[in-house]
Amino acid sequence: MENQIIDTERIQLTKEDFSSDQMVKWCPGCGDHAILHAIENVFPNLGVAKEDFVVVSGIGCSSRFPYYMNTYGIHSIHGRAAAIATGVKLANPNLSVWMISGDGDSMAIGGNHFIHVIRRNLDINLLLFNNKIYGLTKGQFSPTTPKGTKTKTSPQGTFERPFNPGELVIGAQGNFFARTIDTNPKAMTVVFMEAAKHKGTSVVEILQNCVIFSNKAHELITSRETRDEYQLFVEHGKPMIFGAKKDKGIVLKGTKLEIVTIGENGITESDILVHDQYEKDSGVHAMISSMMPPEFPVALGVIRSVKAETFDQAMMNSIEFAKEHSPIKTMDDLLNSGSTWTID
Amino acid sequence: MTSKNSKVVELEQVVIRFAGDSGDGMQLTGSLFSDSTAFAGNDFATFPDYPSEIRAPQGTVSGVSGFQIHFGQKTVHTPGDLADVLVAMNPASLKANMRWIKEGAIIILDADAFIEKGVIKAGYLEDPTLDGSLSGFKLIKSPISTLTKEAVKHLDLDMKSTLKSKNMFALGIIMYLFNRELDMTNLYFERKFKANPLVVEANKAVLAAGFNYADTMEFFGTTYKVEPAFLKKGKYRNITGNIATAWGFMAASERSGRPLFLGSYPITPATEILQELTNHKSLSVKAFQAEDEIAGIVSSIGASYTGALAITTTSGPGLSLKSEAIGLAVMTELPLVIVDVQRGGPSTGLPTKSEQSDLLQALFGRNGEAPVIIIAAKSSSDCFYSAYEASKLSLEHMTPVILLTDGMLANGSEVFKIPKVADLSPITPPLAEANDPLYKPYRRDPEKLNRQWAIPGTHGLRHRIGGLEKEDVSGNVSHDPLNHQKMTFLREEKVQRVANYIPEQEVFGNPNADLLVVSWGGTFGVMITVVEKMQQQGQSIALAHFKHIMPLPKNTEDVFDRYKKIVVCEINNGQFVKYLRMSYPQFKYYQHNKIQGLPFMIAELEAKFNELLNQ
Ligand code: SF4
Repeated sequence: MENQIIDTERIQLTKEDFSSDQMVKWCPGCGDHAILHAIENVFPNLGVAKEDFVVVSGIGCSSRFPYYMNTYGIHSIHGRAAAIATGVKLANPNLSVWMISGDGDSMAIGGNHFIHVIRRNLDINLLLFNNKIYGLTKGQFSPTTPKGTKTKTSPQGTFERPFNPGELVIGAQGNFFARTIDTNPKAMTVVFMEAAKHKGTSVVEILQNCVIFSNKAHELITSRETRDEYQLFVEHGKPMIFGAKKDKGIVLKGTKLEIVTIGENGITESDILVHDQYEKDSGVHAMISSMMPPEFPVALGVIRSVKAETFDQAMMNSIEFAKEHSPIKTMDDLLNSGSTWTID
Repeated sequence: MTSKNSKVVELEQVVIRFAGDSGDGMQLTGSLFSDSTAFAGNDFATFPDYPSEIRAPQGTVSGVSGFQIHFGQKTVHTPGDLADVLVAMNPASLKANMRWIKEGAIIILDADAFIEKGVIKAGYLEDPTLDGSLSGFKLIKSPISTLTKEAVKHLDLDMKSTLKSKNMFALGIIMYLFNRELDMTNLYFERKFKANPLVVEANKAVLAAGFNYADTMEFFGTTYKVEPAFLKKGKYRNITGNIATAWGFMAASERSGRPLFLGSYPITPATEILQELTNHKSLSVKAFQAEDEIAGIVSSIGASYTGALAITTTSGPGLSLKSEAIGLAVMTELPLVIVDVQRGGPSTGLPTKSEQSDLLQALFGRNGEAPVIIIAAKSSSDCFYSAYEASKLSLEHMTPVILLTDGMLANGSEVFKIPKVADLSPITPPLAEANDPLYKPYRRDPEKLNRQWAIPGTHGLRHRIGGLEKEDVSGNVSHDPLNHQKMTFLREEKVQRVANYIPEQEVFGNPNADLLVVSWGGTFGVMITVVEKMQQQGQSIALAHFKHIMPLPKNTEDVFDRYKKIVVCEINNGQFVKYLRMSYPQFKYYQHNKIQGLPFMIAELEAKFNELLNQ
């Protein structure tokens, strides 16, 4: 199974081809704006005709996204975007289907569809805007809100354990998981391109800031003072090194990950774990996905990217096979098949 | 093979019930007899009666599996009320079916099964064949198991396989009693068990043994014959409601040029439609078994947006789960057919029993003002035409349609005259043309009020739709108060105007009769049977059976206006009658309702109608 071949020679598009005439109504300063810009930069460069994009979403702040893209699009019902995407993609596997969802939409009400679309490996790109809060309903905790966070429905702080979307993706046998952040347009663009190229369900978690209800939810990761210590950009074939002085690294010790300092206790760069995004075994990918501050830096970039048959392709193959081998070619054939009798 | 020693009595119609333990193969026995009935040229209808547990305890009443066939020289509309002949392979099947047979019926029993253990397991205190309780019936008590063993002893067959074929001995007796030829059944064995010649031989031998045994024994000195029915010229097949539903959609797909997509989740008694459609990939059917009911319908909405004839199939509890998504299809004005194979409710209710109790849910079970078209199939074979019409209306009017069938129709079968797809009425969805400079997502056809269908991949038609209120014409999100009122009216009016595209309400019988019987959906067979019977007896009675529920046919009011008395009969607690009282409050409606998980019986309806006529 080959990755999609990107032919931008054939189709020359620009950002303007995708911006819609609708007024963008997200709050000023919301991370969603930056994500929208990144997507507008990615779409013209995918070699896909502008009529062949379909952007689908559920309900939530992020789910307004389709209205702001000049493509085909559906803004559906809460939690169900993955099911809409399934219908769109199965009905026409040639379309480039982008699903926009949030932590409430995909981790709570739509959790079932989220895990099943991944399990089936439908060839879509699933962008999960994780702001760790319900924004549109004005500030209730979500399934990704850190334990102890005070929100309108957890005045004393939540006592629920949060989901880590990456773990859920890998638990659902996902083949592609990447993480990025709304404050880094360049990193977003790279990751979205990778997601688009991957055939199968490409899940990208975007750490997104909600300036109104969970402002600074990702502060350790984004602030100038701490970000170098809490961001780890993983790159295939490269050791997992981070820190302002590029002297921290991740090693696998026994069955656990550990942070080490290069130059201390005889540690050299060659001791550091080298990232392999194509490894079929998801064990290390799960461990990298689950790293969270303050104990660990958060891993950004493509964490897992494994080739596998897609659901839509498998369905098309079985249809082609049946068409070739079945004697039933038309509805009249079927109506007249099997046990019939004639009265004259 | 027709060495007849007995006299032949002609009958107009007969009901036979085959009953045995789940493992006794009664469904196969029944369907083989159905094939032979078709070959004999009779009209017929069948209904299977399975135990609701998958593996109910052997030999108990709850483990009894039955199959009923009603065949006749005249048109047969129902699987029949009470049986003229009962085949009971063990005491439990006798016990379970005594209430479903006529007085004086023929009962064929396997004497070998009436041993103490079996009798007690069935819940009898004493052997019912010995205590005189069956004296009002014609009993044929034969050692079927013993004779089956005898018939195959020349073959090298193990005991389990031997006893498995005892149902064929019983079938042989029935075939003799009704003067049937064995050739077709033998041909079936040859085809079905091609890989196992021994099994072919055994089944043939046992069938012949049963036939010859009946001939030798000369039970009552009589055999029976039902002359061929006067069916119209043409090619026929036997079809169940669920298969007919699946095929109706496939025919609509082919005729409309829109590929068929089904998103569905297994639920009794609708699952078979999903299974059937999964089998027809060669006709490009995409059947998606979703993770739940919601994903079933929502994936269909995605496929509909993408240009497919999109459907979803379910039963009552599933329809509840789909409510929000039906609203999305109403709002996005996309074609979508939702099939509800109704069963007893509320909640899990009676999954294997039939009811008409989802009508109000279909009409009103959504948030907001969310009208949908509703069609109710009237018979198993009509499921084909109902699915076809539901697709046509949905595609041409760009709005969701709920198709109501029920467990009785779904599992029952009847004779189906095979249509030619080219003869079905054409389906022309309002597809938007590529690069149409005037295209607007919510611009409407002035007659039907439908919007156009612009399919992803088409040049020059990129647009966004969704569940938020739309501005008229442009389809942009709008919270404008007057626009919302206008759009609400437009969606309602669009559905009401469908009345211009459906047939007028038919009435069977005298247009000025004293009593108008009103019914809808799956009860047509029994209603027409009773009304025709009473008309022949000279009663002033007519029938208006509704297939189009929303909107109602345009002449409904005129029809009701002509009758002094109207009685509405339903397998529920009075749902259609509520809707009629709401729609046409000027009429007085009597009602007759049954909520027992059972169909109407001819006698009970006759009694009710006579009571109303004599008042
Ligand atoms: S509420 Fe939060 S997530 Fe929603 S638009 Fe405003 S800033 Fe963005």
